[in-house]
Amino acid sequence: MSRRPRRRYLHLAIESEQLVTEEDVTNSIWSALLRLFGEYGTSHVNLTLIEYSRQRNYAIVRCSHKALGMVRASITSIIEINGKPSAIHVVAVSGTLKALRRKAAM
Amino acid sequence: MRKFSDLHLRPSLADPNHTKKMISKSSKLGYRLIGIPVQPRFKRDTIQELRRICSDVKIDLATRLDLTPDTPHELLLHLRRFRRRFELVSVRCESKSVARQAAKDRRVDILSFSATNLRKRFFDRAEAELASKALSTIEVDMATLLLLKRPSKIRLLSRLRREMAIAKKLDVPVILSSGAKDLHAMRSPKDYAALAALFDIPQESALCALSENPVAIVKRNREKLSEDYIAPGIRIASRPRKEPIVSTSKKTLSPPGN
Repeated sequence: MSRRPRRRYLHLAIESEQLVTEEDVTNSIWSALLRLFGEYGTSHVNLTLIEYSRQRNYAIVRCSHKALGMVRASITSIIEINGKPSAIHVVAVSGTLKALRRKAAM
Repeated sequence: MRKFSDLHLRPSLADPNHTKKMISKSSKLGYRLIGIPVQPRFKRDTIQELRRICSDVKIDLATRLDLTPDTPHELLLHLRRFRRRFELVSVRCESKSVARQAAKDRRVDILSFSATNLRKRFFDRAEAELASKALSTIEVDMATLLLLKRPSKIRLLSRLRREMAIAKKLDVPVILSSGAKDLHAMRSPKDYAALAALFDIPQESALCALSENPVAIVKRNREKLSEDYIAPGIRIASRPRKEPIVSTSKKTLSPPGN
């Protein structure tokens, strides 16, 4: 019997000079992943956007726990969104959404 | 708990507002010690102002001098003149002779190399052996790595991988710094540690390169710059108390017959 895959949830803070849509965030993370690790590497990530708030400039994404380092490196390497200087910071990482929200609130 | 440090923050010192923003952001990102390069002939007020901003956001400041000498002779001249005025001295090695001289000189704390011109990266085995004996460290600026475009970035990553392997083999400490000139290039220590995995630095070593290694350099240099320091391992434990002058002067001043 195979075990349920372990996941990691990341709380991201988005810093940009413009308003950023949910699609922009997803696209920029995907393209950073593809740029750094290629299609094969990215296929191990299982990245999903869970939540996004345009007003509060934050997002929550989920990935495989084995690919956490890859996702974090990719997110760090983002320097622009839609051609405007931007940065995405990882505020907190957790194994459950509940714990993530608690950590991010601290 | 780790004390994270960024020994190469490069705000524009001419713009106090920008400097303040960058220092505050460093504090928010979790850094507790920052190094800001200052011109050799700085004004005392500049440092005082920087220290005041840093103390407001509860962050420790280390003054840093970035030297880019053309010849080993020029390097020695600058070290003789400025070493005791700064807590950190970094040498940007633009030629092999300068790189070798900087690596073997104990007054040099940090060796840095060009990120764009790989022919000017002189960190090989011989350089590492000299650096290891002189307790010098090699610095990697992460913002430069972030901002580079594709072919240069790939070549730099490949070179860094090789250099980090040499540094590990010969026990040369590595420090990771931001080298950030603006707010968008600044990242948290853990993000930089994740990025360091791209040039084969394990997570734990990367965190050391952002905390223990830089903190050790600053601590060592502050001890050397203190008045009590004499030589490695020798320092003045206490000084004899001076005799109170008031009582003796009273005696001599009092007129005879009183």
